[in-house]
Amino acid sequence: MDLAFNAEERAFEKEVREFIAANLTPEMKRATALTPSVFSDPDIGMAWQRALHRKGWGAPGWPVEHGGPDWTPAQRWIFETECARAGAPNVNVMGVKMVGPVIIGFGSPEQKNFYLPRILSGEDYWCQGYSEPGSGSDLSSLKTRAVRDGDDYIINGTKIWTTHAHHANRMFALVRTNETERQQDGISFILIDMKSPGITTRPILTIGGDHEVNQVFFDDVRVPVANRVGEEGKGWTYGKYLLEFERGSGIASAKLRDALKTVSSLAASDLTGRAIDDPDIAMRMSEIEVDIDTLEMTELRVLSALQTGQNPGAVSSLLKLRVSEIRQAVTRLGVDVIGNDGLYVEPVRPLYRLNEAPGIPEEMLPVVPEYLNGRAYTIFGGSSEIQRDIVAKMVLGL
Amino acid sequence: MDLTLSEEQRLLRESADRFVSETYTADHRRQIANDPLGFSADIWKQFADLGWLALPIAEAHGGLGGGAVEVGILMEAFGRGLVSEPYLSTVVIGASLISECGTDAQKRALLPDIADGSLYLAFAHSERQARFDLSKVATSAKRTPDGWRLDGQKTAVLDGNSASQIIVSARVDDGSGKPDKLCLFLMPKGTRGLALRDFPRLGGGRACNLELSGVQLPADALLGDGRDALPVIEAVIDRAMAALGAEAVGIMQTLLDQTLEYTKIRKQFGRPLSANQVIRHRLADMAMQCDEARSMALRAALMADAEPIARSRAASGAKAKIGKCARFVAEQAVQLHGAMGVTEELDIGSYFKRLLAFDTLFGGSAHHYRRHAALGGRAVQA
Repeated sequence: MDLAFNAEERAFEKEVREFIAANLTPEMKRATALTPSVFSDPDIGMAWQRALHRKGWGAPGWPVEHGGPDWTPAQRWIFETECARAGAPNVNVMGVKMVGPVIIGFGSPEQKNFYLPRILSGEDYWCQGYSEPGSGSDLSSLKTRAVRDGDDYIINGTKIWTTHAHHANRMFALVRTNETERQQDGISFILIDMKSPGITTRPILTIGGDHEVNQVFFDDVRVPVANRVGEEGKGWTYGKYLLEFERGSGIASAKLRDALKTVSSLAASDLTGRAIDDPDIAMRMSEIEVDIDTLEMTELRVLSALQTGQNPGAVSSLLKLRVSEIRQAVTRLGVDVIGNDGLYVEPVRPLYRLNEAPGIPEEMLPVVPEYLNGRAYTIFGGSSEIQRDIVAKMVLGL
Repeated sequence: MDLTLSEEQRLLRESADRFVSETYTADHRRQIANDPLGFSADIWKQFADLGWLALPIAEAHGGLGGGAVEVGILMEAFGRGLVSEPYLSTVVIGASLISECGTDAQKRALLPDIADGSLYLAFAHSERQARFDLSKVATSAKRTPDGWRLDGQKTAVLDGNSASQIIVSARVDDGSGKPDKLCLFLMPKGTRGLALRDFPRLGGGRACNLELSGVQLPADALLGDGRDALPVIEAVIDRAMAALGAEAVGIMQTLLDQTLEYTKIRKQFGRPLSANQVIRHRLADMAMQCDEARSMALRAALMADAEPIARSRAASGAKAKIGKCARFVAEQAVQLHGAMGVTEELDIGSYFKRLLAFDTLFGGSAHHYRRHAALGGRAVQA
């Protein structure tokens, strides 16, 4: 057993650092630091995606025949860790990490040839059509209907909490193609062009003041049957496969450590009257740091199992639970660290394009919105309550 | 980066699990609980035969040269059976203090005896006024024409009564005008001036308090060359906390397994307890905390030989985190067993008490979060 990376892996780490130093611009870093929502805006995220793609690193988890870099789990770890450490933007997660693996796993050759290169290059920007107003945690009760009409489906219904629907040109969605006894059996996985007639998008502002999510309405929207992934009625299986990716792509500790570092430098600064000298703040910081160490070690255990070809199993739910809780603890501490400056509200977005100097130090601007928006971490992708149900069932066999 | 067990480590785990599950039955524990020694000398002999006592001792001194990870594998199995043999005192702490501090002659004389099971050790360090601060020692050692004279009091000396030699820490004034340094002394059992008050220890085994009044020791009772021993003590206690963390993981896993089983069998309102979401979620939290404890125990073991600050932060982080998880798992195990969990009729209480003792030993969670913060350069309340 050994915690250290080997010589080859260290060489790769050096390569990643050099690539980041050469390609991650100060503008991208600043914009990422000043983004208080879960995802980077596309102009920032896609600029980074294009740089990664040029290097052949556009889709770390994909197989090599579809343009993946053929990395070992350790290399993926190093890459994600270095990106987080450097403060790189999030790429279009819905494309690379969600719909990509589903198309690779279950799509037709035509779908693979058409969609995958466009995800890699950043030409397509994806959003995820899962939740509905009446179907949150009980996702399989979804009602958006796709009725067969010749070579098309006609879609009616609505999707909600759709991240970046206002930026996306494509959506992957779960729709009901059949009324079946078991509600999971009537669901299909479908790829929708967001420019199709009959689609309207309504913005939803979150409590941090950000426009990240939307409600999307479908009014007799025609989608070719050829846009269905895999078999009709098997969408639930594909959707769950994707959720595994959404919940625990397995490498979050580096991002959390970076977030804690930001809070920690604010706390050590005269701007906060050195909040760190408050023993309660110092103590909480240690508790969070230890929680991140714990998470990192669990991630490394999973990684090590993957390296040797073992299946880490339902641990993705355990990780999702802890990642979301720790992230919220970091943002909560951030609010307490900045004290009175947390009362300042900046309504303009994006924060990295303010025309006037804000009333508080710039680096404090995202702190309260991050805390507020961050309440969603224990809700999306299956709430913490749902994750505990899954742990009870899958890990404990209950 | 590889966190999978090697073939040798896997075999060690298998043999330890097998030995513990066959030997440490509930009957055995009840019998040992009433034994004045607090453990079985026969089993200690078997530990020696299995090579476990030689495990972390250097090969040059008759050991197997194993590391903190191997010790952790054993300790986790010991936790599952609530083993009360003085492995921590004699091997994890005693042998390490001698290996890291002793002169060559002392190592040659003592380490092989530990490996073959003929020497039991204890470490007398904690004092009432120090709480858990390892640097606070008031016991003094003064040079005499024949050697040393020790005076002071020690508390919570694990396995002191069964030890043939007790390693005592004391302050030595070397006349240099600098603050007194900390030294270690080998004190044989039955030394004049030593009063030992032995008591049964919470969670199994024995411990004692010591009163040293004019204890006379020969000159060669000093362990090593008289250099300040605090850095060695810190390193060895860090290693002991990693080992205890692994033991706690074994205890927690057993509590989780038993509680899971019980909630499936126990029926109320016409259905098993485990059919209730509130119970399922509690069990999910217990499972999660067991897993987190496992990660931290392994991390502390893997960092046991890192540079001092990284090592101590890993050890304190693990002790704090595992302590917190241990208390949760133990308390919930009792809670979910209902009234039966509060009785001596089930094993649950024994495991609970051992975890409570674990959390206390060498300082609880609050102490170690503070140490972790202080080592990271952050302000902490005195």
